[in-house]
Amino acid sequence: MDFLIMNSMGFPILSALIFLPLAGALILLCIPGDTAAKNWTMLVTVVTALVSLPLYWNFDASTAKYQFGEHASWISALNINYTLGIDGISLLLVLMTTLIMPLCVLGSWRYIDKRVKEFMICLLLMETSMLGVFMALDFILFYLLWEAMLIPMYLLIAVWGGPRKVYASTKFFLYTLAGSVLLLVAIIGLYLDQGTFSIPALMGQDYSTTFQIVVFLAFFLAFAIKVPMFPFHTWLPAAHVEAPTAGSVILASILLKMGTYGFLRFCLPITPEATILFIPYILWLSVVGILYGGFTALAQQDMKKLIAYSSVGHMGFVTLGIFVLNQQGIEGAILQMINHGITTGALFFCVGMIYERTHSRELDAAAGLGKYMPVYVSFLAFFSLSSLAFPGTNSFVGEFMILAGGFADNKIVTAFAIPGAVLAAAYMFRMLQRVAWGRPVNPDHSGILDLNVREIVTLAPLLFFVFWIGLSPEPFLRVMNVSVTHLIEQVGFASDGAVSVAKLMIP
Amino acid sequence: MKLMLFAPELFLLLGSLVLFLLSTGKVGGKTARAVTLTLALGSVLVCLACLRHEGTLFFEAYRIDFFSQLIKLVIVLGFSVVLLFSTELKGVDDEIRPEYYLFLTLSTLGLLMLVSSVELLTMFIALELSSYSLYLLVPMRDDRTGVRMQMESAIKYILFGVVATGVMLFGMSYLYGLTGTTYLVDLLPRLHQMMGSPAALIAIAMVLGGFFFKLAVFPFHSWVPDVYQGASNETTAFIATVPKVAAVAMLIRLTALATPEGQAIVTMLIILSVCSMFYGNLVALVQTDMKRMLGYSGIAHAGYVLLGLVTMQEVGYAASLYYIAGYLVMNLAAFLVICKVSEHGENLAVDDLSGLHKRAPLLALTLAVSMFAMAGIPPFVGFMGKFMLLTGAFKAGHLPLVILAAINTAISIYYYLSVVRVTYSASPEDRPAVLVGGVSKMVSVALVLVIIAMGLLPDQLLELATEAVRAIL
Repeated sequence: MDFLIMNSMGFPILSALIFLPLAGALILLCIPGDTAAKNWTMLVTVVTALVSLPLYWNFDASTAKYQFGEHASWISALNINYTLGIDGISLLLVLMTTLIMPLCVLGSWRYIDKRVKEFMICLLLMETSMLGVFMALDFILFYLLWEAMLIPMYLLIAVWGGPRKVYASTKFFLYTLAGSVLLLVAIIGLYLDQGTFSIPALMGQDYSTTFQIVVFLAFFLAFAIKVPMFPFHTWLPAAHVEAPTAGSVILASILLKMGTYGFLRFCLPITPEATILFIPYILWLSVVGILYGGFTALAQQDMKKLIAYSSVGHMGFVTLGIFVLNQQGIEGAILQMINHGITTGALFFCVGMIYERTHSRELDAAAGLGKYMPVYVSFLAFFSLSSLAFPGTNSFVGEFMILAGGFADNKIVTAFAIPGAVLAAAYMFRMLQRVAWGRPVNPDHSGILDLNVREIVTLAPLLFFVFWIGLSPEPFLRVMNVSVTHLIEQVGFASDGAVSVAKLMIP
Repeated sequence: MKLMLFAPELFLLLGSLVLFLLSTGKVGGKTARAVTLTLALGSVLVCLACLRHEGTLFFEAYRIDFFSQLIKLVIVLGFSVVLLFSTELKGVDDEIRPEYYLFLTLSTLGLLMLVSSVELLTMFIALELSSYSLYLLVPMRDDRTGVRMQMESAIKYILFGVVATGVMLFGMSYLYGLTGTTYLVDLLPRLHQMMGSPAALIAIAMVLGGFFFKLAVFPFHSWVPDVYQGASNETTAFIATVPKVAAVAMLIRLTALATPEGQAIVTMLIILSVCSMFYGNLVALVQTDMKRMLGYSGIAHAGYVLLGLVTMQEVGYAASLYYIAGYLVMNLAAFLVICKVSEHGENLAVDDLSGLHKRAPLLALTLAVSMFAMAGIPPFVGFMGKFMLLTGAFKAGHLPLVILAAINTAISIYYYLSVVRVTYSASPEDRPAVLVGGVSKMVSVALVLVIIAMGLLPDQLLELATEAVRAIL
């Protein structure tokens, strides 16, 4: 247990975060009335968010160990434990999850008008499992929550989704489940090798190269589908387009991050040799994803689809940052995970707000809305700029760090990623221009109201973070610094080839 | 006291006498059901009271140990749940309902006796008692379709059943011929000396065949879809669940015979397991009838259970037991929904479940939980059971088998998911709301809770299963 600093806050804060939404969902079962259900869910998510804040103040950024640790025996026959803990990599993801959930509730206030209670229960169950995934330090606990999440997410799309919800939800479920069945086999393999399911204890062990390669491939399939990396991305546009706004936001902001989180938490430290072996392929796949996502987004008429494909591109940057394996690249990748969560989440909210008014997500149908919705368009403009990594916004910092790290590692591959940034500007400006000004002749939008207070409250916190991270990223980078250094050491030490050492020596 | 050793069986036997007397008079189905239900719940208590008894009866042919008592408890629990939710027995004429309950009880009695049998002939008689009662239950369905489908099913059931028993009996004769005894205790050491000989292997394989039939393992599976379809929903609920528990228990007892040098048996089990999983899951993909689909899924689950047996180890056996207990609960939950949604006892197509979440939210939830559990999605028991089976098989060095099983999980999710999809995404159109009684509601909530609890807190139950397995090894 030398990897875990036990929690000393007086109460088990991580368990509280996991079980608060779950308890909220159970209590919600007995609360009658739609408005009461919304209010209650709002309360639960806000309380969860407030409870999570002390994590940041009390986080010790000078150690790479897992903090706020909790440990209890769960299934003794198989040495499975209930171990929780967070380090610099997961801290920000946990905070982002707790902070985005109240906004999701707020964003679905009017969007969801049937079966409100069930919807809110699904949201709360999602929150429980998502937080659990980021906190779990036991493989079975992790896998359990990772898989359990599929059920509420499936229902969110299948019950409250758009016209092609059946196709989209089934595809989402089949794709992600098929990806992770072999993950379970790999986990069992690791257990039989080491006799433990403890994730930190499995890191940095002396596995044979063949074993590492097999385990890595099983991991990679599961996580690459979740990210999603090209060519495993096809479920994403379908799911995004059909999901209700809150579902899209959760999907884009948090669910996709689990894939990249998986790379950071499992692939790199547990199978470092295999990682280094596969790096060239993954880097190229990332570049393909960036370019493919950008070009496809450029051709979309449906705004949700546009943002969905832009996600493929942005997540390509994240995987690029992770697998260049240097401090800047990985820090940039983690920051970009947060940025993407904020910006893309906000953009999905924006599209949802148009949809509530015009019942269409077509770019042409939304053309010229700026005249009637000036406040809305201002928000949209800032988020679009953030999405294309405009200097001064959050994504600029992240993308810059990734590219800087990339150039330090491999100039050719990174050079190929550069057009991705240009493409991002192209498709975002195309959307922004259409919505704000449109063509000489626009559809009739008279009578459409601008954002109300609730909607402004939904978007404002996200805008705040766009500028905070954009102008002063230090508070966010500070907490991950030591953990990332430790992660790179883990990869470096475990790999015996001179190649990898040389890789780390490159300034 | 010797009486206590036989108490559960005796209790059910006396009860079936009562039912027999009732069936000779003019008694309606309601009374018969009340009597049977009391009997079933009473037998749960008796089984609980006798849980820790140990001893032998009938010239050592009948052994009471923790293993047998635990299985008996599970069996009568399953029996009670089936009775609890089959409130109306829609598919069976009121006139013959007392007889129906009589044979149902007798079948359960046969299963109870089966799991305690440690002598080949006793085993055979107990198995036949339970099987013949079941054969009779199938044609008791009323002739709603006009094509006498239930008769066809019954004939198929009995023919396949008789062939399987014949095979088993033939195997037993080999065992007797080779060792000169029918007692498992004496059989075991003598058989070990000739483990390499093909005769011994064939004998064991044939005896296992009888139980493969009960559990619906490939190639003894062909009765399943037709019988499931032809029998009334309540009967299928029983056939699909309770006897399988006993079958697994007996398979464990018998497979233990082949240890430790039973490489040929292991190979056979692996092949059967893979065939069952793939056959069951692939054919289930194209089913439109709910019960047929569950039948094929049952074949696949039988394949999963064999994963535990191939390990030839305590852990694996315990995992198999755990899994089949979980399967009992998951399957009962699914059949509860089928019985309730079926208005007059007719068969349900998957499409008949359309919009169930509007017509009966609790049933829809129960069905969804059951389907996700059977597909092996956490946090339900199906996941935990499968995880233990995979771990056990992996540990015993059967990596290819583990990978094939994992792939099967991915295949199977499609048809389970399509049921959930229909219940939650399709519109009910003009299908009526489903009325669910208070007891059935409680049973379905209880089943859901058990499915979740077994999935999240398996420790205690696994310990019980391990202890039970240790009692027979």
